[in-house]
Amino acid sequence: MTEKKKVGLFAELGGLLKTRVRDYAMFIALAIIFILFQVLTGGIFLSPRNLTNLINQTGYIAVMACAMTEILIICQIDLSVGYCSGFLGAITAILMVKAGLNMWITIPLILIFGIIAGLISGSIISFVGVPAFVTTLAFEFIYRGLLSLVTSETGSIPITIKEFNDISNGFVPDLGQIGGLWILPLLVGLIAVVLVIISEIKTRKNLQKYNFEVSSTAVFVLKLVFISAIIIAVAFVLASYCGISWTIVIVGVVVFIYNFIMSKTKLGRHIYGVGGNAEAAALAGIDVRKITLFVYASMGLMTALGGILFASRLQSASTTAGAGFELDAIASCYIGGTSTSGGIGKVTGSIIGALVIMSLTNGLNLMGVGIAYQYVIKGIIFIIAVAFDVLNRKNK
Amino acid sequence: MSEYILEMRNITKEFPGVKALDDVNFKVKTGEIHCLVGENGAGKSTLMKVLSGVHKYGSYSGDIIYNDEICKFMSTKDSEAKGIAIISQELALIPDLTIYENIFFGHEIMNPNGKTINWNQTIIEADKLLKKVRLDANCTIKVKELGTGKQQLVEIAKALSKNARVLILDEPTSSLNEDDSANLLQLLRDLQKEGVTSVMISHRLKEVVEIADTITVLRDGATICSMDATGQKVPESEIIKNMVGREIADIYPERKDVNIGDVALEIKDWSVFDLSLGRQILDKVSLNVRKGEVVGIAGLMGAGRTELALSIFGNPTGYKLLEGQVYIEGKPVNFRNPAEAMNAGLAYVTEDRARNGLILIQDVRFNTTISKLDKILEGIVINENEEIVQANKYKDAFNIKTPSIAQKVNNLSGGNKQKVSLAKCMFTDPKVLILDEPTRGIDVGAKHEIYSIMNELVKQGYSVIMISSELPEILGMSDRIYVMAEGTITGELSRSEASEERIMAMATKSEEVRN
Repeated sequence: MTEKKKVGLFAELGGLLKTRVRDYAMFIALAIIFILFQVLTGGIFLSPRNLTNLINQTGYIAVMACAMTEILIICQIDLSVGYCSGFLGAITAILMVKAGLNMWITIPLILIFGIIAGLISGSIISFVGVPAFVTTLAFEFIYRGLLSLVTSETGSIPITIKEFNDISNGFVPDLGQIGGLWILPLLVGLIAVVLVIISEIKTRKNLQKYNFEVSSTAVFVLKLVFISAIIIAVAFVLASYCGISWTIVIVGVVVFIYNFIMSKTKLGRHIYGVGGNAEAAALAGIDVRKITLFVYASMGLMTALGGILFASRLQSASTTAGAGFELDAIASCYIGGTSTSGGIGKVTGSIIGALVIMSLTNGLNLMGVGIAYQYVIKGIIFIIAVAFDVLNRKNK
Repeated sequence: MSEYILEMRNITKEFPGVKALDDVNFKVKTGEIHCLVGENGAGKSTLMKVLSGVHKYGSYSGDIIYNDEICKFMSTKDSEAKGIAIISQELALIPDLTIYENIFFGHEIMNPNGKTINWNQTIIEADKLLKKVRLDANCTIKVKELGTGKQQLVEIAKALSKNARVLILDEPTSSLNEDDSANLLQLLRDLQKEGVTSVMISHRLKEVVEIADTITVLRDGATICSMDATGQKVPESEIIKNMVGREIADIYPERKDVNIGDVALEIKDWSVFDLSLGRQILDKVSLNVRKGEVVGIAGLMGAGRTELALSIFGNPTGYKLLEGQVYIEGKPVNFRNPAEAMNAGLAYVTEDRARNGLILIQDVRFNTTISKLDKILEGIVINENEEIVQANKYKDAFNIKTPSIAQKVNNLSGGNKQKVSLAKCMFTDPKVLILDEPTRGIDVGAKHEIYSIMNELVKQGYSVIMISSELPEILGMSDRIYVMAEGTITGELSRSEASEERIMAMATKSEEVRN
């Protein structure tokens, strides 16, 4: 009897994997990368120190990937986010270091600049009708020029304000340690596990109530155990190094807001609608241009935040900051399951995608692979991710 | 050589779920002008596409015999090589190339080396062809600078440059004015003298009667008759009778408790200009619909019915509104976008579900509520429980056959997709529904269901404007009928006055029958 049930369970898992391979691909990719680098780096990759490092490194790409998901969902693109974030990071440094402006005034100001930048490219795209590819490619050049301009006299601008640098390097003050482990991450991890289990059960009950198809109880329990194990593992890793970093808090808040907008609000529905079929959306009373404008403004905001996080991470504004970020952000979304033909995508997926991208960078750095090779490898991974998506959708 | 240059024998062509052509026989005499007529969807264009190789050999059954030889065309290139050229409704010219480049596109005149194009010779030849089709234009100007009528002539020149012996013209005059049409017909006669055979599909019976040597009528994918018109005029009424002569099957559910009330929507002197086409598409259209009434708008393709609906419904396509006024329950209204139209109680179900009706990659639930999410908002959050309840309500009410409302709309059948479109429209709490071709491409069973839903809606006091190209549907469902042709209302008929012949006469602007 038990054996029969087991076969059934594996058959169901196999079926799930087959039909929803696109949804799980990013987790599989992440697992392969983790194992591969763990072996290749002789165990350094999965050390608490490096994993904390990895998460902090992922921050700036993760926030940009959240907004980029929306851009790609409405079938547009933004190639300007790389140098735009570099430029805004440089302005941040100049305002604080040279003009002596307070950090708490500077940051909101930069975020507003970001929104304005997004509104400008968004207006050109939706009101003038210049294709997004052309508009944002042009802006990539403009911001690149502006970045060179503001950093030409001084070169890199070191930032010496500890509070600012802590954003990407510091940790949330903890309650204390038990047996060498910080308490806060463990506590947060525990709460997260409880919340996840409660919300998953609630969702499942709701689905059953309305006669939706749900996975079997065994698969459901397996899924809960798997998610809980990952959360607890991450919590332990963080607890055994320095605790929860400010980056985690910031990314967490951003992901929560974006996920909320996309899955719970009218705005989110409209974004999916425009991406799924812009003509039908227009006839459903959706103002396609307004949605486009909003999405670009949000992209600008996250570009500014990304620029701040990166400057804080490096503790300086460099002359080449931002190079290639757009590719990292776009690749994160595609790896995370956003459709190349628009209309489909999840913010949470893009975060996993960002983790995949940054794990690659981090692992290759640990192995001492040169930046030149890294570009080539990343380019290849990008193509594979998109090709996988295209082929997978074609088969359906 | 036999009397017939071309014979199509027992042609049957099926599309998924529809038999477009059913055992059709079609014979064309050498050197004649042969007109092919029939209602929308009768199979005329499909038949011509089979002939020209657009639908390749093997995708249909039956034989094409051309010059006593069975032909197996795999593409239009094959049929052109034999001398058959098709000029389709959508012109196949490249707007940004010059006339001479277009004429010899794909079969360029080469220099003796065989590698480079001999442009001088090309221009000389193109000029000769333009003279032949009597197009007074410099062949070095770009095609986009020509009007539709002249572009049509360039298409014919292109066909002649390939030594076409049979010209197939699919509604060549539908977008032309009177002068251009007359010019084109005269050209066909001139070519006839040189031995060119023409097959012309046309909705304009007046010109059909005028020019045809033989008239073949298709109906529901079958040949009804072939009439010899050499030396005599076939009465238009006879053609119309053959086009429509069909029993109205009892797929139209009976309307009970007809209770027609006050005017719900009124349009006065509505004139609209299409900037992208560069011409006026609606001219002083006036109509109204009352509460509890089904008003049918009949007409042939290109009569301006969809354009009328869209321009009223917040004008999302950005036409230029020249004049006119829309009233809802007597109050003048001006909608700047579809959202405002929906808020005022107007709803529009599109003729093309896949293109602009539904978001196919999303599920039934998403599509049902997308037009009016405000109804299920709690603060800024969508109340998903309420949404599920609502979507299920419409699923049950309209009998949408789907495993659940979480099913992607793309996986549903045509009829069920259409029911989702209706659900989406009803969710906005409309007073007046404009249904554009509500049963296009769906099977008879689903049609019956859609009709029942419509009857139920008017019974509850809703108003329905139904745009339809299917005459039986118009007759079977409407309390009152407007007929449109070329952007104007050409007639209004009550249920008792209406007949297929009268409607077809108004839609084809045939004076003989109307008077």
